[in-house]
Amino acid sequence: MDTRHAVRARGISKGFGDVVALDGVDLDVTQGQIHGLVGPNGAGKTTLLGLLLGLAVADGGSLEILGAPVGREFAAPDAVAGFVDGPGLYPSLTARQNLAALARLRGGRQRTADIDDVLDEVGLTAVADERARGFSLGMRQRLGLAAALLTRPRLLVLDEPANGLDPAGKRHVHGVLDRLAADGTAVVVSSHRMDDLEALCSEVTLLATGRVVFSGPLGKLATDSRALDYRLRTSDPEAARRLADGTDGVRIVDAEAAVRQDAGLVVVRARVPALDELVARLVTSGIAVRELAPVVSPLEAAFLELTASREADG
Amino acid sequence: MTATAIRETTTAPAVPVSRVYRFELRKLLSQWRVRLLLLACWIAPGLFVAGVSQQSTLPSDTLFGRWMHATGWAGPLVILGFAGTWALPLLTSVVAGDVFAAEDRLGTWRHLLVAVRSPRRIFAAKALASLTVVLLLVAGLAVSGTVGGLTAVGDQPLVGLDGHLLAPGDAAARVLLAWTAALAPTLALAAIGLLGSVALGRSPTGLLLPPLLALAMSVAQMLPLPVAVRLALPGNAYVTWNGLFTGPAQLAPLLVGIAVSLVWTALATMLAHLLFLRRDFTNLAYDGAGRRAFTAGLLPLAGLLALSVAVIAVAVPADGIRQAKVQRSLATAFAHLYRMQTGQLHRPAVTEDQLRASAACTKSDGQAAQEGPGNDWRCVVTWHLPGTAVAGTAIYQLDVGSDGRYVADGDGPKEVNGYFLVRTETGDAPNPLWQFDGNVDLLDTTSKG
Repeated sequence: MDTRHAVRARGISKGFGDVVALDGVDLDVTQGQIHGLVGPNGAGKTTLLGLLLGLAVADGGSLEILGAPVGREFAAPDAVAGFVDGPGLYPSLTARQNLAALARLRGGRQRTADIDDVLDEVGLTAVADERARGFSLGMRQRLGLAAALLTRPRLLVLDEPANGLDPAGKRHVHGVLDRLAADGTAVVVSSHRMDDLEALCSEVTLLATGRVVFSGPLGKLATDSRALDYRLRTSDPEAARRLADGTDGVRIVDAEAAVRQDAGLVVVRARVPALDELVARLVTSGIAVRELAPVVSPLEAAFLELTASREADG
Repeated sequence: MTATAIRETTTAPAVPVSRVYRFELRKLLSQWRVRLLLLACWIAPGLFVAGVSQQSTLPSDTLFGRWMHATGWAGPLVILGFAGTWALPLLTSVVAGDVFAAEDRLGTWRHLLVAVRSPRRIFAAKALASLTVVLLLVAGLAVSGTVGGLTAVGDQPLVGLDGHLLAPGDAAARVLLAWTAALAPTLALAAIGLLGSVALGRSPTGLLLPPLLALAMSVAQMLPLPVAVRLALPGNAYVTWNGLFTGPAQLAPLLVGIAVSLVWTALATMLAHLLFLRRDFTNLAYDGAGRRAFTAGLLPLAGLLALSVAVIAVAVPADGIRQAKVQRSLATAFAHLYRMQTGQLHRPAVTEDQLRASAACTKSDGQAAQEGPGNDWRCVVTWHLPGTAVAGTAIYQLDVGSDGRYVADGDGPKEVNGYFLVRTETGDAPNPLWQFDGNVDLLDTTSKG
C-alpha cells in the first residue's frame, strides 16, 4: 500500500458503449500536490475526475485512492471531495443551509462553527443567509468549494474551480487551494485556463482521446516540448539577431513583423538547450538580456498542439 | 501510518438510508409547491365538503354525492371519487414523478453521490421520502374531507350502495377502509412516477406519466372492456372500493384490484431501481435513458398487464353485467330504501323480508342481448305490503356503467318515486326512491354458493 500517493492509477480504461473515454491511463498524485488535468474537450478529463470521486467504476486497470484500492463496487472513498460539471447546490436553500444539510448528511461531524469557518474561508460570510438561487456563477463555485472543504478532504477533485471568478476571487480561491496543499491535501484540478493551472499546479497530466500524452512537472513539459517561440529583448537587437541566427537550433521567427511592431524585439524559436546556448552567447558578447519569455507557455503550447492535431485528424 | 489505519480513514461506509431519507424529506418539504399541495390537501377538501353540503344542489353524479345533506360521512367518499380520477394521479406526479428529475434539473446528482456514496441508498431514500409525502397528501384529503363533512352535516348514518343504512361507526370504518384501499393504486402511480422520473430525466414526459396513465385508465373504465382487462388495470381499486358499501361487501374485485396495484408498484419500483443503478453519472449530457426507458420500463409493464389479464381471466370467474344480477341488485336497493321512505313518512314499519321486492328488467326493450352496460335498462320493481293483497309496482330507468355502477331514475308512480322531495313532519326531505345509486358485482356471484 502506497501511503505517499493520494492517487495512483495504472492502466485505467473506461468506455461508454462504443466510445472509449479512457484508454490505459496512468496517474500519480502525491499528497500535498496540486495536479492539473489538461486536454481538449472529449479527452476524458471528466471521466477521470468521475472515477476519482466514485461517480463511476473503471472497466480495467487498478486505482488506489488515499492508499486504498478502489474495487469494482461503486463507491467513493471517504476524505475525497469535490465536484465535476459545477457544484451541486439546492437553490431553495441558503448558502448556510446548503452546507448544514450536507453536514447532516455526512453524519453531523461538522459543527456550525465549521460551516462559518468554511464560508469565511471562501469569502461568502456576507451572503451566508441568502438563497443560492440568486448566486452568481463565481459565488456558486465558491460555495461548491466550501461544501468540499466542509468534509475536511485529503483529496480534493475540482473541475474548472475558477470558472466565473473575477481576478480577486480567483486569487482568493488559489490561496485556499495553496493552503490546503501546504497542509498535505492533494488537489486534482481540471481546467481550460492554462494561466490558472500554471499558477497553481506543480505537475500536470495532458490527456488526448483518453490517453496520457504527458504527465509530470511543468518544467519537464518545457524541456520535453517541441521548440517554443520566445520573446527576446536585449540592449542590442541587431547583434542579438545575428547571434540568434548563428546559434544551432535557434531560428528567428517572423522577424519582419516583430521589427515592424517593436524594433527592439526578436522572436526566436528554440528548444530549451539551444535557448540556453543563445543566452550564454549573448552574455559573453556583452549584450544585456532585458526580457526572455515564451510567447505562449509550454502548457498552452502543448494544449494548442493537441488541439491542432485533433483538428487535423478530424 | 499503518495499512489498517489508512484503510479506516479512507473507506468509510455509505451514509445510512435513514439519514439520506431525512435529507430527501427536508428537500421535498422545502419546495413551495409541495408545501402548497400539503396545505391544499389538508384544507381544501374540508372547505369543499362543508360548502357543498350547505348548497341546495348536490353533486349527485358523483358516488355518495346525493347523500351529502344527510350525513358527514358522504363527504370523504365524494372527495375519494374526485381524487381517484384526478387529484391522486396529479399529486403523485408532482412528488414521485419529479423526485429524481429534480436532481437532473439542478445538476446535483454528482454532489449527492459523492456525499452519500451509494446509489442504492439514494434510491431507497428518495422512494421513501416521496412515499411519505404522498401518504401525507392522501391523509390530508381523507381527514380534511371527513372533518368538513362531520362539522357541516354531522355524524348520521350513511346510505350504502345497496340502500341499507350504515350506522355512523360502521360508516366510519368503511370510509377508512375505502381510503386505505385507494392507497394501493396511488402507490402504483407513485412507482410509475418514480420510473418516469428515473427513465426520462428532465423530460416533462416523466412528470406527466402518472396523470397520463390515470387518464388512460379512466377512459378504459368507460369502455365495455372484458372484466379481466378491467380488473388487471392498476387503477381498478379507485373504482372497486365501492364494493365496501354493499351488504354483503363485494370484496373480491377490491382485493384483486389491490393485489394488481401492489404488483405494479413492486415491478415499477424495481425497474426504476435497475435503471437508476445502471445510469452513467459522469455523462454530463445524460437526459434520460431513451430507448432503454422503452425496453426496460414500458415493455415489462405491458407484459405485466398481459399476464395479469391472463391470470385473472383464468382464476377469477366473472360474468359481467347480467340481467339477473341487475334485477337482484335493484330489488335489494329498492327494498332498503323503501324502508327508509316508510320511516320518513311515519308509515307502519315494514321489513325487507315482508316487502319481498323483486325486479324485472329488460335492455333495449328486449330487442338486444340482456346484458352489458347502457342507459337503456328499464325495470319494473314489485313489492308487497303486509295486509295488502295487491302488489305495488314502480318503474325505473337504469343507466348502468361498464364498471357495474348504475343510477336508477324513478319513472313513477309519482307517489313512490315521482318527486324529488317527500313531505315529512319536520319539513321536506329528499325522496330516497326518486333516484339512487347501485352497484352490480362484475364477478360471477353464482359460484359463491
